[in-house]
Parts: sequence; structure tokens; C-alpha cells
Amino acid sequence: MLTANPQLTSDKKLRHLLTTEGLPKTIIESILDTADQFVSVGDRDVKKVPLLRGKSVFNLFFENSTRTRTTFEIAAKRLSADVINLNIDASSTKKGESLIDTIDNLTAMDADMFVVRHAQSGAAHLIAQHVNRVRPNVAVINAGDGRHAHPTQGLLDMYTIRHFKKSFHNLSVAIVGDILHSRVARSGIHALTTLGCPDVRVIGPKTLIPTDCARLGVSVYHDMKRGLEGCDVVMMLRLQNERMDGPLLPSGQEFYKSYGLTAEKLSRAKPDAIVMHPGPMNRGVEIESTIADGRQAVILPQVTFGIAVRMAVMSMVSGGGSNGGHAGDAA
Amino acid sequence: MKLEIRNGRMIDPASGRDEIVNLYLADDKIAGIGVAPREFIADKIIDATGKIVAPGLVDLSARLREPGHEHKATLETELMAASAGGVTTLVCPPDTEPVLDEPGLVEMLKRRGWTLNQARIYPLGALTAGLKGEKLSEMLELTEAGCIGFFQADRPIADTAVLFRAMQYAATYGFTIWLRPEDAHLAKGGFAHDGEVATRLGLAGIPVSAETVAIATITTLMRETGAKVHLARLSSAAGVALVRRAKADGLPLTADVGIHHLLLTDRDIGYFDSHYRFSPPLRAPADRDALSAGVIDGTINAICSDHTPTDDSEKNVPFGEATPGSSALEMLLPLTLKWAEQAEVPLVTALAKISMHPADVLNKTQGRFAVGKPADVCIFDARAFWAVTRETLVSHGKNTPYLGRELQGRVDLTICAGRIVYSA
Repeated sequence: MLTANPQLTSDKKLRHLLTTEGLPKTIIESILDTADQFVSVGDRDVKKVPLLRGKSVFNLFFENSTRTRTTFEIAAKRLSADVINLNIDASSTKKGESLIDTIDNLTAMDADMFVVRHAQSGAAHLIAQHVNRVRPNVAVINAGDGRHAHPTQGLLDMYTIRHFKKSFHNLSVAIVGDILHSRVARSGIHALTTLGCPDVRVIGPKTLIPTDCARLGVSVYHDMKRGLEGCDVVMMLRLQNERMDGPLLPSGQEFYKSYGLTAEKLSRAKPDAIVMHPGPMNRGVEIESTIADGRQAVILPQVTFGIAVRMAVMSMVSGGGSNGGHAGDAA
Repeated sequence: MKLEIRNGRMIDPASGRDEIVNLYLADDKIAGIGVAPREFIADKIIDATGKIVAPGLVDLSARLREPGHEHKATLETELMAASAGGVTTLVCPPDTEPVLDEPGLVEMLKRRGWTLNQARIYPLGALTAGLKGEKLSEMLELTEAGCIGFFQADRPIADTAVLFRAMQYAATYGFTIWLRPEDAHLAKGGFAHDGEVATRLGLAGIPVSAETVAIATITTLMRETGAKVHLARLSSAAGVALVRRAKADGLPLTADVGIHHLLLTDRDIGYFDSHYRFSPPLRAPADRDALSAGVIDGTINAICSDHTPTDDSEKNVPFGEATPGSSALEMLLPLTLKWAEQAEVPLVTALAKISMHPADVLNKTQGRFAVGKPADVCIFDARAFWAVTRETLVSHGKNTPYLGRELQGRVDLTICAGRIVYSA
């Protein structure tokens, strides 16, 4: 049974960030605008603003990811929050404590915000629905749930595209690789279609494209050269090692032959096309080294923008930055 | 004990009779319809004015959770739930703990059920020892202990050679094999129908081919072994089509569907609501419609509750970790009425799908009204609404998508083998 969108308040403000799907365009745009003001914070001598002073942000990582956790940690610290990192994979769940019990215990420690990474799709929704019942002031940010969503990654990708391409209205964006298992792809697709991007393409072998994928509003290609034809943005996805030799793919090398981004394949895209990757990269599997380091790659700016976007999201779900005007307060 | 049920609207699925008439029960049999038997003096007169008097319901799948899962439900609570739902005959699957693969366990279950004096219990024995899909269970001994057939529950046999031998062996004695048509490998690791919703939510999918490949395998082996098979819980349009063809070819095949699959689809999962996780998964609207058509044209013989009570902790987890299934014994009648209304099926036809036809699958004479037949009766008010809440549900399992909603069709009185086992 469909109920109200659990990530919005009754007056349609951002309450949690769980997925880019169903997120109103105005909210996505306001996140990107707020992030704009945070980008410069990193260039200052004192890289801090006091927006979340006195607030406790719990990084709950039920699945390991040093990189994502670190960027959330930096974002929270730049907002002056207290950050507590918990790698729960190794502790509670092995002792049989349920996810909800873990959350209840941590809210009893007066958490203000949970940043959650979990291997199961829907885990962040479950937590958000639970805190809505028991702790209406606690916010939940999904830092990746199973194959479902990784909304801050999707939003930082939008920020990056907007930064380099200015608008979404005439863009062709290709997402390449393991769409089936990719929460990054799903979050990217929903954000792009919401922002009015008219041509979103997914490219990959049939084994890595989910069923009825076109219903998400994308065109499906199995021939990468055709799929990249005339593209403005090429988003490469990471191929997990464990997918490389099994029933989905015979080998990393064979994948690279068809779906690795080489100079030759990239030449099909527009000359000013940008190349993105959520990291960490497998050079020689998804992408040729010279492309990864080349003039079209914007992979490192993505990382920088990622911190600003996460700061924007954190400030908005804590009730602060929905009007975007707080970044300058630090000065 | 002699009972007279007065002025009710009696509906008999077998004869199609639908009229206001008195029903006379003597001991555990029906003694008269319309006309009282000679020298009949009722010990109790039941006024059924304005109510429907139907045969007690026959449910082809209700998990009673004993032995081994008493924290989820007990035989006492679930048999009371059955009576409250108008169910007087139920089949229980062998996926208990330990599984029902030993005659002693089956005898104990039968005895416990008999002592509780509620619905008639027909256990299904495990098809393979421990439901592991490797060694055959002692089908002959289990039958003598009271098993009505042999089922592999939700653990499909991966090794087709074992399935082949199990069917051959069962055919030796004419036993019926119950199978969930699901290919173990294609379904492995999946949580939801492999389609748009699963793609959007990032849930690992179970393709329709998991069902169709299994049906193709089973029907092929039926031709070779002569085994009688009951297919439990169809879920897809393509599966219904295969069953329809196999039946047209004359194979000794019957099939059922869970009531929720006639009303719900994968769209209902919404934001990962684990109450909508079922095994087999809820599929697309076109599948639901084909299942409904299959029930109407008789391809699917029976509708069952597939009652699966669990405690809250097994649903209050991420979708992929949630225990599939729902508590449903008390919802079988109102949901079947709801389906009948939506599908424009006459009441008598709908009731046949939860009484006479499932009894036929079991080769039993319940589910119909005729002198000399079992005195199993369900008296209900088809118009009355009731709220499904934690308090109103008798079952220990409160896990249902309908919690907090109102359903139409309320059981007032249930009689099993001539005894009143439930009275609202």
C-alpha cells in the first residue's frame, strides 16, 4: 500500500534523504544551490561553518566503505557537528541485535542524524519510518542501501553535470556498466529524469541490465559505440570484482573489450563530453588509464563537490539550509 | 448433539442450491435439509436469519507452527483462528521444526489437534528427509500415520533426478505429490517479482521463468512417471497457461493459489513494505488477472489462505530479510468475498473455491451439503464489516497487509463435525 513519501515533511520539505526517486525538482535544485555556497568553504583557511554545532551525526555503516564514510565525516565536521563512526558490520548484528534495536539504542544516545549504509535495499526507508514514529526530530540520510539508492552520489553527479554543462535540458547522458547492481545508476537515472534531461541511456551487456529497465525512462543499449554517439556526459560505473568471473560475465578483460571506456569509444561522444566515475576505479576494466587522467575526466571534481553536496543535504534535513542562505554565516 | 440451523440462506456449492432453508445436524453428519428427519428433537436451535449458511471452509495451506516455532504461534491459537475464520478443514505443510518427515511427529500433531477439538487437520509429510531434497521420506509409513500427501514446502528440489525418483516412488502407491513450482536456481536470492518494481527498488528479482521452468519439468516428469501432482501457489500468467494446457492433455494435475495473489500485485510493495513479501512473490497486475481467470475457469482448483503467522521481529526488518507470507486464516473468507465482488463471480462459485473444490483436491467429502455428509458449517454475515486489528485477530500472527483496514464478511458461528467450535 502506498503511503506518503516518507522523506518529505507534510509541507513538502526535506525530512530525510532516502532516494532521488520522487524527490521534487525544486528540492533537488535547492540542494544543488545550497551546495554551491558550500563549495567555497573548502578553500578557506578555516573550513568550518557552525550550522550543525552541538548536533550529533552517527555514521552507521553496516557495510564497509571508507571513502563514502570519510566524505560524510568531513561534510559533518565542516558543519561543526560531532561525528560518531560506527562500523556495525563487525559488532551488533553478529550478536543478533536487530537493525531497529540498534537504532533505538543510538537514538537513546541523543543522535540527531543517521547516515546509513546497508547491504539491503530499503534499509534506510525502514529506519526512517521507524524514527518517524519514535523520534520525529532525527533525520536519516541514505549513504547507499543494497542496489536501491545512493542519493548523495546521484546528487553530487547532478552537481557535477550542472557545473560543467550548465543545464540538463539538451543533454544526452550515458550510464555504462553494471546497471543491475548499481544504486549509483538508479539514483542518477531518477535525478536526471526529474531534472528534465531528455536523453538518458544505459549501456551494458544483457546480464547487467535489470528487467524492464526502460520503464525507468531510459534507452537501453548493448553496443557501447552506438550508445555513446553524440553524448554530453559519460558516467562509468564500478564493476565489483566478484561479478567479473561467474554467470554474469566471463572476465574483466572481456568486459573491457565491449564496455571499457577507451579513447576510441569516447571519440563517439561529443568532443567536449565529460567523463565521470563514482570511484573507486578499476583502471583497465571500466576505463582506460589515459582517459581517467585525461582532459575530459571530472572524477576528482566529483569528489570535491561530493563534500559540498553532503553538507547541503545535512543542513537541509536538520531544518537549516532549505533557503540556502546559511553558508555565508560562517564569515 | 442435535443442532437445527433455522432461516439461514443455505448455499451448497455441489448442487448450486441457494435458498432460505433449515439445516439439521445430528452428531457429526448432516441429517436433513429443509425437512427435519423423523423424530428429530434439536438440543440447540441456531437462528441464522439474515445470515449465509455455507459449508465449513477447506484451506489447503495453513502453517500451525508446531512443532518448533511456538514463539510465532501455537496449535491452540492457530486452530482457534481457523474456527474464527470459518475454516473446518486445513492442510498443514511439513516445514515445521523438526520437519514432518517422521511418523511419530505426524501422529503427535494429529493427536494434539484431536485433543483441541477444533478444525480437522490433514498434515502433509515432507517429500524428502529434512526437506533437504536428497533422500526420500518414508512415504508409506507417513501415510499410515495420517499424511494426506507429500510436500517439499518452500524448498524446491534442486536435483531433478531426485524429483524424478520421488515422483516415481509416490506413483507406485498412488500418493499425491504437492510441489511449489519454483526452480531452485532461478529463484535463488530473489525477493520480489522480476519486473519494473524490483528494478526500481533494487530488489533482487524472481523471474516468471522460475515458475514456468518448474511446471514444464514437473509436467514432463508426470508424463513419464504417472505421478499425481498438486501444484501449490501459482503466481504467474504464464504458469496458469501451462497448467491449463497440461490439464487439457489429461494429466492428473490440480493447483491452488494463495488469496493474496488474487488481490495484490508487486505495486503494493510501495516503499519496501515487508508485509507484501510473499513466496512466491506478488507479481504484475496482468499476472493477478490471469490467476483470477484461472480460478474462474477451473484451471486453478482452489483458493487457500497460505496462512503463515510470524512475530513482528520477522517483518520489522529490511524487505530482503523479512520472512515471506502473512497471517490469513481469518481473512480467507472476507478476502475471497472481496475477490468475488471485484471479479464478478457468483457467491456460490466463490464459496466452492474455498470449500468443495479444495475438498475434492483432498478426495474428501467436506465442502458440500447433503444428508450423510460431514456436519461442517460456516455461518456468516456477508454484509457486516469488521476491523482487522491486533486485538480482533485471534491468530498469534498479526502480520497481514490488511492490519488496520476493514473487511466485509464476518463469521458468526462455526461448526466442525457437529460441534460448535466458534461463536462470535
